[in-house]
Parts: sequence; structure tokens; C-alpha cells
Amino acid sequence: MGELPFRPVAASSYAEDVDRLFFVLVALTVFFTSAVGITVLALAARYRRGNKVDRSRPSSHNTLLELSWTIPPIFLGLGVFFWSAKIYTQAYAVPENAKEIFVVGKQWMWHIQHSNGIRENNELHIPVGEPVKLTMISQDVIHAFYVPEFRLQRQVEPGQYSSFYFTPTKTGRYHLYCNMYCGTQHSLMGGWVYVMSKADYQKWAASGGSQPVAPGGTPSKTGGLTLTQRGASLYEKFQCNSCHDPAAVQRGRGPSLVGLYGKTRQLADGRKVKADDGYLRNVLYYPAEYPLAGWAVGMPSYKGVLTEEEVLQINAYVKSLKPTAQQSGAGTGGGATAAAAPVPATAAAPTGAAGAPADTAGGNVERNAPAANTDNIQFRHMYGGEQQGQ
Amino acid sequence: MSVSAFDPTGEPWPDRGGGNAAEPVEVGIPRVNYLNADHTIKSWLLTTDHKRIGILYLISISVMFLLGGLSAAIVRLQLTAPSGLLLSAEAYNKMFSSHGIIMVFLFLVPSIPATLGNFLLPLMVGARDLAFPRLNLMSWYLFIAGGLLTLGALTFGGVETGWTFYTPYSSIYSNSNVALAIVGIFLAGFSSIATAVNFIVTIHKMRAPGLTWFRLPLFIWAMYATSLIIILGTPVVAITLLLVVVERVFHIGIFSPELGGDPVLFQHMFWFYSHPAVYIMILPSMGIISEVIAANSKKRVFGYTFVAFSSVAIAVFGFLVWGHHMFATTQSMYASMVFSVLSFLVAIPSAVKVFNWTATVYKGSVEFSATMIYALGFLGLFTIGGLTGLYLASLATDIHLTATYFIVAHFHYIMVGGAVTGYLAGLHFWWPKMTGRLYPEFWAKLSAIILFVGFNLTFFPQFVAGYVGMPRRYAFYAPEYQIWQVLSSAGASVLAVGMLIPVIYLLWSLKYGKIAGANPWGAVGLEWTTSSPPPTTNFHEVPVVTWEAYEYHPIHDDDKDLTIPSPTAPEVTAEERKA
Repeated sequence: MGELPFRPVAASSYAEDVDRLFFVLVALTVFFTSAVGITVLALAARYRRGNKVDRSRPSSHNTLLELSWTIPPIFLGLGVFFWSAKIYTQAYAVPENAKEIFVVGKQWMWHIQHSNGIRENNELHIPVGEPVKLTMISQDVIHAFYVPEFRLQRQVEPGQYSSFYFTPTKTGRYHLYCNMYCGTQHSLMGGWVYVMSKADYQKWAASGGSQPVAPGGTPSKTGGLTLTQRGASLYEKFQCNSCHDPAAVQRGRGPSLVGLYGKTRQLADGRKVKADDGYLRNVLYYPAEYPLAGWAVGMPSYKGVLTEEEVLQINAYVKSLKPTAQQSGAGTGGGATAAAAPVPATAAAPTGAAGAPADTAGGNVERNAPAANTDNIQFRHMYGGEQQGQ
Repeated sequence: MSVSAFDPTGEPWPDRGGGNAAEPVEVGIPRVNYLNADHTIKSWLLTTDHKRIGILYLISISVMFLLGGLSAAIVRLQLTAPSGLLLSAEAYNKMFSSHGIIMVFLFLVPSIPATLGNFLLPLMVGARDLAFPRLNLMSWYLFIAGGLLTLGALTFGGVETGWTFYTPYSSIYSNSNVALAIVGIFLAGFSSIATAVNFIVTIHKMRAPGLTWFRLPLFIWAMYATSLIIILGTPVVAITLLLVVVERVFHIGIFSPELGGDPVLFQHMFWFYSHPAVYIMILPSMGIISEVIAANSKKRVFGYTFVAFSSVAIAVFGFLVWGHHMFATTQSMYASMVFSVLSFLVAIPSAVKVFNWTATVYKGSVEFSATMIYALGFLGLFTIGGLTGLYLASLATDIHLTATYFIVAHFHYIMVGGAVTGYLAGLHFWWPKMTGRLYPEFWAKLSAIILFVGFNLTFFPQFVAGYVGMPRRYAFYAPEYQIWQVLSSAGASVLAVGMLIPVIYLLWSLKYGKIAGANPWGAVGLEWTTSSPPPTTNFHEVPVVTWEAYEYHPIHDDDKDLTIPSPTAPEVTAEERKA
């Protein structure tokens, strides 16, 4: 699949840099290994027992010589370190305009939600040339999101978000692996990353991601809702509005969520916490651990009620609550929800009736069906059974 | 073979009859020695003789090695086909876990310290036994108890967490026999701690008169550094693993976020021990290589002090680099950078050793014996293993290579290419001392070469498989990796042959091997001054050491351009020192 059997496609902005460093390290390895190997064999051959050579004054200590092979490698090592660290920081320098995609790992599948509402299992479709930031969390054990062609991986941990940033530079279909041992079907937890041309991606997104790209791939569905709209409908469903809508906020029922995202919050115990994705998730799951200064904790825990996917949807909705919306009047704060509400009102039913159960049914099939059967299906999906047949 | 084989054209040096022996040594097998002093089973099972305990350990860990090797063979068979040749995913996971757990906790960690270390340490320091002989016996029983529990867990029900026991998989999700296996490892850990305490006290308090710190063989320095790591590190992993059991059994939240714990905390605590544990495995081998290269070159190890202190430096710095196992976690970028730079620095003492061994050969009188071939093999494999470690210490490349086959190849180069090759070199080198008989040199040379070739054939393809992105611990994999897996499995069959030949000829030599005599290699060092096998009390009288370590020739120090004090040339030295 690569240009060389030894070199996988370099498909991210990061990959070329990593490869350059990698091959310099290979050169250093070859150099030092052969230097040591050739020297020791040549010396051993020359000074083999019985060979008449000058052995006078055999030296057993020479500080200058020893320092000369101790100090330079330190600088060589430090040089490699700085170069490597410089490349590494790229993986953390997420630009503002990065396309945010949400990943939930669970035994043994990847569940992916796009901001436009498209959901996929074990597949990720992205346009070439656009920076992408994955916000990832695990629902159970530790997984790792690994795409060799991007030369990148990151652990996906339960309990906290990790992020994964890259810019795909080459269109193609690349393996997506779980690279942290996660149980029985670890080696079948994966699928494909599709890096598409901008036009193809537009087409794919416009069709709601329903265009099957690979045989055996799961056609993904949006259910007609964006991530934010899904969040809004959950917000309604769990009656978050009864405490957090502007009207309720004015009555002192709960703190306002408008403009909350990204702000620093003062907690009752003196901590100051930035309201990022992780904070929003933790407050939903463990409200008692984040008592807001000036408020009594009245919110129930949604642990076991909301799944990690749903938390990400609610987060998206909370993020969308910008102060500008509120400034146009107290009524519009509710209106924002109300405006979102009609969409869920019409679409929530089909989502609830068809979309969601289909999803969970899919999950159940994976979980409960006879292992051999699903193994086979997932094996063919991941590793291209059709290619094997050829 | 004797010291006189060394034929310097420079200064003459008297043949001191096998390592400074003051008294004439017996040529044949002594009539009464530690092996035949008593024949009852009870005399073995209740022995407090460090040599007999060393033999008990040797037998036990050989069984462990066999079991671990067997599971490796099954793993390699499975991986010849992308969809798996013989096992289900679950069975495969249990198999690679068994391989890792047995090899790391029940073979590699105790291997050299408990066998050769136990046997040789008192002999090398001129003591009659270790400081605490009964503690030594207890450590073997702890090891056996821990080993049996762990093997029981692996056999009945199995364990499928891998040897790393990452949480929350091990503590909450796995349905396998995790708790029992951990209790076994916990016990085996205490056997290591007991051995390490014994070694440290013995080295401090029981050295023969005249045997100063800088006259100690480098093997002793290596055992000392290893013991330090064991004492400081093993309790941490013991507690960590116990906490996994606590969370598993009592549902007290420590590592699982569902119970309020932190899964990455486990990785910190686990690698705080398990990275230094790598040095527990490799440092003793380095000590052996120093002995073997010196004896086969009839040359003092070049830069004795640098080599001695590099062992201690490795032991100390080894504790500061655990975070390089966690670059791909949520660990902060800056923490990762600190761990990365420290990891580059910890490579330096190892490099110093390699360069110094190379320089030792210069102006030596080199015998290409089996042990020398093993040592040269070690040098090559360890150099590759060490240098490929830099790819993983380096942040950018680690993020691609970690948890792939690259890392599998890297640590096998260190653990098998380094630790096991060194162990085999040592086992051969001191086999005559332990048994009183020589192994057949030809077969030993042959197996040393087969091992080297087979090892490279097995593990080199895995570097490539890792670089092209094959994740480790995969029961099934993408067809494009098959070529590397098949090459590796084919190489493994060569490696297996190289492992089996020594088993056969070493056992054969017990009965049919030539009588070795006290010092078949013409090596210096106190252990060669006593008969082979040694008497139960090691020495007939307390040895007094008046010579430097590895004094195969007048010791010439380039710094001072003079010969330092030695039994034959004290005057010359003193004069030149004044100048």
C-alpha cells in the first residue's frame, strides 16, 4: 500500500517530519552498531591468541579517551531530543479553525460524531488539507487511537478527554487501530480513516454520510440533526431548562450556561476551574465534586443516565449558547432552546424510534451475537476480507 | 589452557598458576564438595548453602524459561496467519500474557541474581556464605510459592491482561484470574527483595581481607547496583499490584474512574518499578560480560572505574525515566519532555560500558571460546537494543512506534539479546565451577552462533513490522504484515534450536564432560582459586587479597603513565608516583 514496502504512506503534516527523524536515527544506529561491531571484531582478530603482535604496555585506563566517548554522545543525544521535541509540539499546537470531531472508544468499537451530526462506527471521514482535532474519551477501559499513516497515536482514557490533532495531507484509506490492549477483541477494534478530496467530502457530508464508501462499512446516519441539535433535544428531554434557562436562572434556580464555555469558574472550595469539555462532563457526572461558589448543589448526577456520546452532544449544545444570543432579550435565551426545540420535536421522534434503537441494536449485535460470527464480519471490515479472497 | 597462554612481547609477567592462588589447587574433582557432601532430598530442600540454593533456583527458573518459551512458540505459530492459525482471540491473549508474565516475573528478574549471583557472590568476595543463609533459603520458598500460584492462575482459567496489568482493564473489566496471578507475583517479588538485602549486606560486610571496593569484580558491582534497584523498586510494584487486587475484590476506587480513581496513576506507579526492572534484568548480564571479556582477552577491563560507576549511574537514573512509557497518554507535554531528555541521558552509561568492553580487547590475548562468542553476540545485540531505545525516548518517533511491534523488537533485543545472552555466557563461563565438568566446546560455539543468527532472524523483522504500523498484542492482523510475521516465526524456529542444543549438552556434560579443574579458563578472581566444584565452606582458609581486579598483566594507567601498586612491582610504582 505504500511507495516502498518499508515505508507506509506519510499522510499527515506530522508524518514527513517523523520519518526524517526516524531515518536519521536509523543512520545513527547503523553507524554506531557497525562501528562497535567492526572495531571489536577487528581487535579480537588482531589480538587473537597465538598471533604475534605487539602487546606491550597494555593500557587499562585513559581518562581522556573515556571522556571522549562519553561527552560527545551526550550532545548528540540532546540534539536528537531537541529536534524530536520540536516536532512533537506540533501535535499539541491545535489551530483555532481545526475541525472538531468527537470519538468515544468502547470495547470493541470506535464511535465517532461529527459536528454536523453525522455519526459513524469504526470509520472516520475527513477532508484532505483541513486541520482536525479529535476529542476522545473511553466508555470503559483504556484504548488508543492509532493511524500509522499519520504517525500518531493517543490513548483514549476513561474519565478524561484526550485530544489528537493532525492535518491529513494525502487522500486515501488508512487503517484505524486500537493500539492499547483492551480485552478479548482488541485486535478487531478498528476500521478505516478515509481522507477524501474536498469535493468528495462535501458530497459525502451532504448525503448525511450515507454514501457507502467501503463494502462492509457501516452507512452512517445523521437523523437530520447536528450535534448541537441533538444536545438541545437531550437538554429538553432531561429538563435541564427547568434550572438553566434564563427564566429559571432569573428565579435563582440554577447558574446560567450562556457563555459558560471557556470561562473560569470559582468553586465553593476555592478551586478555579476552566469550563472546558472535561469540566462540563465532570459536572454532569459528579456535580457534588464541583460545587459552584454561591450555589448549593442541587443537580443530580447523570452518571449512568447519559452516555459519553450524549455528554458530548450536551457539551456541544452548551458551547453553542453564546452571550450574543442572550443579549437580544431574555425571551430569546429560551427562544434559542425553543428554536432548537421544534427541530427535535419533529425529528426527535424518528431519531428516538429508528435512529437510536438502530444504534443500540447495532451495539447489541456486536456484543451478544456469537463471537465467531461477528469476528468474521469485523475481521473482513478491518482487514479487507475481499482482498484476501483475491 | 593456562595464564601462560598470554604471551606479551612487552613486559614479562609471571604465570601465577590460575588467579593468584596461594595454595596449590586440586586438579580433579575434589572427593567431598558441596554437591556430594550430602545426598538426601532433605539436605537439598533444607540447605542453607548459597551454592545449593543457587542450583535450586537454576532448576526452577529453567522450568519457567521452558514454559515461557513454549507459550512464545505458540504465539509465533498463531501469528503466521493474519486470521490466526490455531487460537481464538481469547486464547491468544492468554497465551501472550502467560509468555510475558512468566518471562518477566518468574524468569528474567530472578535469573542471574538468584542463580549465578547466589552461587558466585560469596565465592567472589571470599566469604563462606551469604550474610543471611536462612533468609536465602526462605527466598527460594517464596519464589516457588509465588511461582506456583502464578502458574496456577495462568493454567486454570488463565490471565489475559498482558504482563503490564493496565487498569481499569485488569481491576474491573477482566474476567480472568488476575488476583491470583498478582498474589503470586507479589510473593516472587519478596523473594527478590530478600536476595537483594542479602547481597548488599554481604558485599558491605563480608569481603575478604584486602578486597577493597575497587578490587571487586565488576560482576559484584553489577549485583550491587541490581540489588539497590530491587530494594527500592520492587516494593512499589508490589503495592501497586496489590492495589489492583484491592480495587478488584473490594471495589475501592483507586485506578478506575467509575469508582473515583485514576487509570493513568497505575501506569505511573507500574513503570516507576518496571522501567528500573529492565535494569534489574540487564545489569547482571553486563557484569557477566565484563568478566567474560576480561578472561577471554586476558586483559583488565578497560576503565574499571567508569564501568563500575556506570552500573550505579544506571541504577540511579533508571528511576527517573518511567514517564517515557507514557508519551501517548494524557501526561502533560512538558512532563513528557523532561522524561524524554532524562531517557537520552540514561543511555550514556550503557554506551560507556559498550565502548569500554570494546577497548578491553585491545592488546589482549583473545580466545574465541564459546563464552567469548556469547559475549560478542551480546555486544552486538545490546548495542542494537540500546540504540533502538532512543527511537522510543525521542518524543516524535515514540508517538508513532510505541505499542507497535517496534517496541516488541526493541525490548526483546535488550531482554533476550542482552539479558538472556549474558545469562547463557555466564552459565557457560561458570558451569565448570558449578559442576566440576567442562561442556563440549564445539557444540557450545555452534549454539552461540545459532542463537545469534536465530535471534536476529526472529526479531529484526519485528522492527519493520512496527515501523509500518502493526500494533502489538493483536490476535488477528492485516494481511500486509504477514510477511514480517512469517519471517519472524521462521527465525524463531532457528532460535529455538539454539536454545535447545545447550540444554542437551549441558545435561550431557554433568556425566560425560571432561573434568574441569579449579581454573579451566586461566581466569583471575577468587572463585577460581578454590576447587571445582567448591567445598561446602568455599575456601579452606580465608583468602587474603593483595592484587587488583583482573590483574592479567601489569596494570598500566595511561593517565599517570606508570604501573600502579602490584605484588611484583611495588618499588617502581612508588618511585614513579613521586615523579
